[in-house]
Amino acid sequence: MNNMETIGLLKERERQVYLKGEQPFEMDCEKKSLAGAVSQRACVFCGSRVVLYPIADALHLVHGPIGCAAYTWDIRGALSSGPQLHRLSFSTDLKETDIIYGGEKKLYSALSELIDLYSPHAAFVYSTCIVGIIGDDVEAVCKRVSEEKGIPVLPVHSEGFKGTKKDGYRAACQALFKLTGRVDTQGINKHSINILGEFNIGGEAWIIKDYYERMGVQVVSVMTGDGRVREIEKAHGASLNVVQCSGSMTYLAKLMEERYGIPWIRVSYFGIEDVSSALYDVAGQFSDEPAIMEKTRELVKDEVSRIYPQIREYRKDLAGKKAALYVGGAFKAFSLIKALRHLGMNVILAGSQTGTKEDYEVLRELCDEGTVILDDANPIELSKYVIEKDADLFIGGVKERPIAYKLGIGFCDHNHERKIPLAGFIGMLNFAKEVHETVMSPVWRFTPRRAVGVINE
Amino acid sequence: MEALDKSKLLRHTTREIKERAALTVNPAKTCQPIGAMYAALGIHGCLPHSHGSQGCCAYHRSTLTRHYKEPVMAATSSFTEGASVFGGQANLIQAIDNIFTVYNPDIIAVHTTCLSETIGDDIPQIISKAEEEGKIPKGKKVIHANTPSYVGSHVTGFSNMTKAMVDYFAQSTGNTKDQINIIPGWVEPSDMEEIKRLAGIMGIRTVMFPDTSGILNGPQTGRFHMYPRGGVTIEGLKSTGDSMGTIALGQTASSAAAHALDTRYKVPFDLLDLPIGLLATDRFVDALRRMTGASVPESIEIERGQLLDIITDMHQYFYNKKVGLVGDPDQLISLSEFLVSIDMWPVHIVTGSPGKAFEKKIGEITSGSPYKVNVRAAGDMFMFHQWIKNDPVDLIIGNTYVKYIARDEDIPFVRHGFPILDRIGHSYFPTVGYKGGMRLLEKILNALMDRQDRDADAKNIELIM
Repeated sequence: MNNMETIGLLKERERQVYLKGEQPFEMDCEKKSLAGAVSQRACVFCGSRVVLYPIADALHLVHGPIGCAAYTWDIRGALSSGPQLHRLSFSTDLKETDIIYGGEKKLYSALSELIDLYSPHAAFVYSTCIVGIIGDDVEAVCKRVSEEKGIPVLPVHSEGFKGTKKDGYRAACQALFKLTGRVDTQGINKHSINILGEFNIGGEAWIIKDYYERMGVQVVSVMTGDGRVREIEKAHGASLNVVQCSGSMTYLAKLMEERYGIPWIRVSYFGIEDVSSALYDVAGQFSDEPAIMEKTRELVKDEVSRIYPQIREYRKDLAGKKAALYVGGAFKAFSLIKALRHLGMNVILAGSQTGTKEDYEVLRELCDEGTVILDDANPIELSKYVIEKDADLFIGGVKERPIAYKLGIGFCDHNHERKIPLAGFIGMLNFAKEVHETVMSPVWRFTPRRAVGVINE
Repeated sequence: MEALDKSKLLRHTTREIKERAALTVNPAKTCQPIGAMYAALGIHGCLPHSHGSQGCCAYHRSTLTRHYKEPVMAATSSFTEGASVFGGQANLIQAIDNIFTVYNPDIIAVHTTCLSETIGDDIPQIISKAEEEGKIPKGKKVIHANTPSYVGSHVTGFSNMTKAMVDYFAQSTGNTKDQINIIPGWVEPSDMEEIKRLAGIMGIRTVMFPDTSGILNGPQTGRFHMYPRGGVTIEGLKSTGDSMGTIALGQTASSAAAHALDTRYKVPFDLLDLPIGLLATDRFVDALRRMTGASVPESIEIERGQLLDIITDMHQYFYNKKVGLVGDPDQLISLSEFLVSIDMWPVHIVTGSPGKAFEKKIGEITSGSPYKVNVRAAGDMFMFHQWIKNDPVDLIIGNTYVKYIARDEDIPFVRHGFPILDRIGHSYFPTVGYKGGMRLLEKILNALMDRQDRDADAKNIELIM
């Protein structure tokens, strides 16, 4: 990092920041954040909560002091076509006496009360940090309530400090896995899939589901967007698991492969190239039925020809503009880089919170010379590089938005706060439109970086 | 069970009220650490530090960012399993070292979490150790507040960090300074600005702490400033022990720090309600006058007259309107008084923060009410919604989460309090002082009249209202 020393990098972080073109490259990632870092990362509980929360007919009870339930109350626009129980916030709201005497009684009575009131099809109980310390036997309480009420009551071992967000995904997968294999699989045909790692933000799962149905592929369950307990319970009847979002659900796919022999593939639904190959890959798995591939080709052709003319229009303005992206999982970064290329834009910074060594290797190959690649970045690093590289667009999440705006840079949320679907072909068009709107907005003329002689600093 | 109305998001809220002992549904509060973080941001050059798991810090930063629409910087001890067994000392010392090396703040303000409280980390001892080991550069400071998440609420955390500013910085030279302290409580940065403005035009020198104006309502500069221009300075905090007096606004958020200054340095204080509304602002201006001997300039009298004028113009639309309120105790007390003073009646009042004094005070304010009044401390929004189902109101005032209740019950809604996650601008316009009162009234009347317009059919819609 010899040419990037205008800001202090923690010595330990030097190998988590890389400028393409410099050698050698081996990203020192998958590390715990350093104590004292202003990291953009979250915790185990957060990982579990975002994965399971979209299951709309389940009860989600947060066992701990109030904060964890308050901060995750309806934060992710995961839409449901039916029940809305997941959008309420339930907490055992532990107090000082509970910390001293234990919270098991409270958990038991909260669970019982809620199940009586709402008759959910399943209940998830999230353990927070404190539960791991005071030693409540959450497993035993869940088991007891499950027996009494006759529904699955699943402990989610999501104590915040017991790892990273990825460990939270893992705990969520374990809970989901316990739900599978519970009912018989009648009515499921052999050309059937589960959609994993799709959370129906802005209705994205509905778009993807529609594609598969048009291809003649049956969707048994979506985990977890617009999710239902009954569907997950028969997920083991599907012939294939299609996993999007690299970090969160691969583990479940592996568990299901082991137990039920269901093969799985990894896909992305962002950008024309990736969504097309996702659909082709799935069709390719069902080669015994040529009609599926036939319909897939037709679908891709239809969809692409519908959006392409408009994308070309956006591209005229966007060609040559510079984009920075900082996302959760690296897999999303791959798709975004390709999608941005479709819009004629150059990626000058790419980073992720949770990428693996292999991810960063792929990222390096995808990026142009001079692109800054970062693992677990902090705001100072992010702002330094986007200014140095003169970005026109920042793609990130909630904590990055105000930073981009302070710098006078267009922004697109590709995380929980996106309000329009960005997945699928229509999603690519929405993405192009949103990028175009923000990058081309006249307001950036006023930002000091670009302003022509309004008030000189 | 009642039939579910599928057009309602909160269709699961039942009308029948059952007491719940073990369960909070749709909280009207959050935990202490976020309040400590917000308060610490009101010190110039300060980096708040969350001594706990990484998620706490991420959640607080996200929530504060969503509310204030500004970058919110804070660091974390990033607890791991090891730390939870052996204590967080190593993490905190390493954190202090890393923070001063890389982010170079003047102050690190450490707050604890449920995790570090329960494992029993002794923060002052850890800070001393860091000092001994030379991890705290000369002229830099590490302060702390204990903020166990299972006690009180976010307001308690704010109060604790505000008091920590006194504990760590206040000094007494023996010479009283020609200045007063103002502890504003958990209000918007715009409110802090307005409070300073009022004191300023009376010619009074003030030290406000915490002071998030200029930090969380800053201008767009085209640059990212880790430590924006605003905030109370260390010099300012040191001098609080020499001030003529302290005005503390809001019992819950501000009294602890005021008491500490009084006990330690004999700085007398006036504990007032937040200056929301005519009467509370009168008391605030009067306290400024009495404490300093300053006279009230004509410009303030004009502002007051303008508020009164607006009240007069609007009063005919307010007669006996019923209002539901959710929020933090200090805000709700002043809001209730303001509403009652203009002939509107709070009938359901809920705060998530515990404290029986709150219920008593609201009871006093609403004692002349023609309606039955429900008030609850340590309540939640589920309970509030049930009350509304049983006894509907004309208006709801509360934070963003109240939106769903207002929508389901089709009741006009004014956003006030924390957090507001779905509107922009609240951090730039005050609701305190006479000007803030005017803005609040405009919002209230707009909400009522927009509803009247929406509901009027073609024949009844009025041009002049």
